[in-house]
Amino acid sequence: MTPDLECTGLTKRFGQTTAVENVSFAVPPGSFFSILGPSGCGKTTIMRMIAGFLDPSEGDIRIKGRSVLDVPPNKRPVNMVFQHLALFPMMNIADNIGYGLRRAGLAKSEIDRKTGEALERIGLPGIGSRKVDELSGGQKQRVAIARCMVLEPDVLLLDEPLGALDLKLRERMKVELKALQAAFDTTFVYITHDQSEALVMSDNIAVMNQGRFEQMGTGRDLYYRPDTAFVAGFVGDTNRWRGRVEKEQGKSIQLRTESGMILRGATHGRALHAGDHADIFVRPEAIRIAHSKDELAHFDNLISGHVTSMLFNGAASRVLVCGAEEGDEIEVNLPQSGEFAALKKGAAVHIGWAGDQGNCFAAGAT
Amino acid sequence: MRNEAKLGLALLLTPLLLWLSLLIFIPHVDVFLVSLRERVGVGTYETSLANYLTFFNEPLYLWTFLRTAVMSVLATVITLLIAFPVSYYIAKMVKGRVQSALFLLCLVPFWVSELVRTFGWMILLRETGVFSSLLQFTGLSSGPVEMLYNDGAIMLGLVYTSMLFMVVPLVTTLESLPDEVVEAGYDLGGNGLSVLREIIVPHAMPGIVSGCIVVFMLSLGNYLTPTMLGGKESLWFTELIYSQFIVRFNWELGAAFGFMLLILSSAIVWGMLKLTGQSLEKTMG
Amino acid sequence: MKNQSITLSTAVAFAFMGAATTASADTLRLLTWGGYAPEEVVAKFEAETGHTVEVTKSNNEEMIAKLRATGGGGFDLAQPSQDRIAGPQQEFGIYKPIDLTKIDAAQFIPSMLEATKINTTVDGAVYGVPHVWGTSGLVVDTKSAASVQDYTDLCDADVAGKVSYRLKRPTLIGFAYAMGLDPFAAYGDEAAYSDIMSQVEAKLIECKAGVKTYWGGGDELMGLMRSGEVVASMAWDTGGWKLNADNPDITFVAPASGALGWVDTFVLPAKGKADEAAYAWINFVMQPEVAAMITAAAGNFTAAQGADAYAADDLKARYQASFPPEAIDNIKWYPPVPAGLEAIEGGVLDRVKAAN
Repeated sequence: MTPDLECTGLTKRFGQTTAVENVSFAVPPGSFFSILGPSGCGKTTIMRMIAGFLDPSEGDIRIKGRSVLDVPPNKRPVNMVFQHLALFPMMNIADNIGYGLRRAGLAKSEIDRKTGEALERIGLPGIGSRKVDELSGGQKQRVAIARCMVLEPDVLLLDEPLGALDLKLRERMKVELKALQAAFDTTFVYITHDQSEALVMSDNIAVMNQGRFEQMGTGRDLYYRPDTAFVAGFVGDTNRWRGRVEKEQGKSIQLRTESGMILRGATHGRALHAGDHADIFVRPEAIRIAHSKDELAHFDNLISGHVTSMLFNGAASRVLVCGAEEGDEIEVNLPQSGEFAALKKGAAVHIGWAGDQGNCFAAGAT
Repeated sequence: MRNEAKLGLALLLTPLLLWLSLLIFIPHVDVFLVSLRERVGVGTYETSLANYLTFFNEPLYLWTFLRTAVMSVLATVITLLIAFPVSYYIAKMVKGRVQSALFLLCLVPFWVSELVRTFGWMILLRETGVFSSLLQFTGLSSGPVEMLYNDGAIMLGLVYTSMLFMVVPLVTTLESLPDEVVEAGYDLGGNGLSVLREIIVPHAMPGIVSGCIVVFMLSLGNYLTPTMLGGKESLWFTELIYSQFIVRFNWELGAAFGFMLLILSSAIVWGMLKLTGQSLEKTMG
Repeated sequence: MKNQSITLSTAVAFAFMGAATTASADTLRLLTWGGYAPEEVVAKFEAETGHTVEVTKSNNEEMIAKLRATGGGGFDLAQPSQDRIAGPQQEFGIYKPIDLTKIDAAQFIPSMLEATKINTTVDGAVYGVPHVWGTSGLVVDTKSAASVQDYTDLCDADVAGKVSYRLKRPTLIGFAYAMGLDPFAAYGDEAAYSDIMSQVEAKLIECKAGVKTYWGGGDELMGLMRSGEVVASMAWDTGGWKLNADNPDITFVAPASGALGWVDTFVLPAKGKADEAAYAWINFVMQPEVAAMITAAAGNFTAAQGADAYAADDLKARYQASFPPEAIDNIKWYPPVPAGLEAIEGGVLDRVKAAN
């Protein structure tokens, strides 16, 4: 099947700086694709090139198999939901939604019908005559999407549209956006710096850094099997140590951190040899905590230490554990079983994790 | 505490009240009273509406007012048409130092007095002036060309003088228009014209309205530019007022003219606001 | 609107000024024409008498308007033309009588002093004494417009597009004389004067096509004549003589029907506060050598007896070239303008300006 959106070798240079470097990806029809990266990584530049506000220096953009490089923004079958939504404050809601239809030259009755339908679809029927500033943040969000969707674009671009919302609303809108995407059955391309937004909503995610795609895959892939140290560090919370490889045994290696801890980790096929500098990443939830050493006997990483800090955060509560060697604090998920409800700062604990939970990367790659 | 608050309020209000009463209200009442006097003999006056009747009965005065009003409207429209792209460029197309520099350039002519500026135009436009010589030098014209002393020269002078007063409110309102709203306009299928009509102009409306009011009133009340650049027929209403007050010693008629100018120009502004569906509140808000 | 506020703020400003300067009686606030109070004369006067002089430059209309705004306050000495004293005095009461005993009559040319006294007498009191006199007539570029000998010649086809004049009352009077009418004789008869003015109006409208522009200020006229854009115009004699100094082809010509003679006077504003200083100034500037200094600055001769002896030769030469003896006899001296006459003239001027 022809992908709805396909970029090949996309490059954008501004003078001496390269904002986007040789990026290629394809988005299959009806899927939710996210580009995740820190601010300034070039994700907005990609978005603006797809929308047509920027011309790529190199490479091609194809929508439904047809190159759109020569097509001006107002003729491209893509629409964009802007960061601050960019609703037209001088028009009421119905006129906002009907704007694109009017531009397309539809009959008044047709415009009214489609606008009404779109409002119905986003669950806000009958607000057509309201003004933009009379709406709540979430309502505006939905109107902004409806404004694009009435045009039935091949691809809908969303430029961090949840950034301006408060946390509670953002959580709800994540679910709602996913539902809207399913309802409209349209290809969404979503850019964000918030990994949780990307992980929750996306079918596929590309992690972007310094103008390049680091890794592309499902949220699960990125989370559990990061290809690069950057992805491992950027997607999800993680413990991170730098050290030197002491031994390699097939897929697993042994590594001594700069502070002297001995850790075992997995290379997942990456070439790492004894003597190499390496980074090791271990997620807090992969680490078990126990009162006695025996409970953790089956793990190949075992550290005894004491609690230096309790980070209470409801279900996501954690503790910071310091091993025998001072200076290395390990962030560990606190099980909600009640077993550790009485854990106090300074208490002696044992922690352990399986060696293949430690992702190792050659040091230097960020 | 209450007394202090009252004192603070009084101190805040005093300049406003002084300004309103001493410089706005009292002079206008005075002018109005003067306009109601009719000279019946040497040094004797009677209260009557004779001066206002003169204004309406003498076609010359009414005609001059109409001429002035139409020219001022035209000057306002031309100023708007020129200032809008200029303002858009300053507000949206350039950033940082270039923006400040361009804005400053619009201001530069106002560092010299209006008289000097008008003399500058006279030097450029006159028969033996710069433009005429240039045209002859380049062979575009075989003889001297007189560009001064006509309504076109007045228009040029008015537009030039008014430019800043249109650019400032326009730049301010256009700057407050987020780039992404304009981009959204294109993204959703609009072309340059429809984005301008449906998004940029409606957004800039408060700036357009306030700029137009200021430019219209300035043009209507301008004295120097029309008298110096204008030609033999170029009567301007303020010129009539001046000559009634200063040359004819007829303060009564001059005051009536002044009051008519106030009333008619307010009526025109009000009418224009109604016609374009704008209101002063919207413009100020 | 702009103007009414200017006038009123002027009034307010003058009211304040009047109040502020009450105490300093030895400050002479002089309302006069450009050139009538040159700095060297002021400096000399201040040194000799100890009074200080504040000079405000103006013209006839503005002088009267300013004094009217304050009821004759704000200034201690003013210099309107002699024909603009009796009318405004009757109408607005802005002057006070001159105490002739405080004036050194011997310094004045007797005939001028007498004529001015007669012209400025209201209800038996004398309000003005003469200071500077001159004429208005024609300034002509003799090379290209030698045919212009009288006001009406400005309408000739061979100078069409290259002539200019002011839309002011001297133009109306000048044209009336050139058309063989006698406007001064009709001053007392409003109907007759209106009739004369309507004839002049018709003539001016007829001439309008050939006029380049109606000049407004002296500088503008100088520019027009110097650049050659205008070859003949109505103007003051001094303007013509000034141009003559730069370009010998251009000079002042006394029109065939007679130049119009004016005399600028000294008058005391009704609410003047420094009369002693004012009289001192009058007696000071009428000294022949001081009068000659003013003549050099203003370009016009004064009513000071014997000042001619001190006047510059080139000025005298220009004067004699422009005024052969018969032309001097033919000068039409402005009689006092009766109050209300301006209304008739104003209507004419408005209609001429508006005509196509």
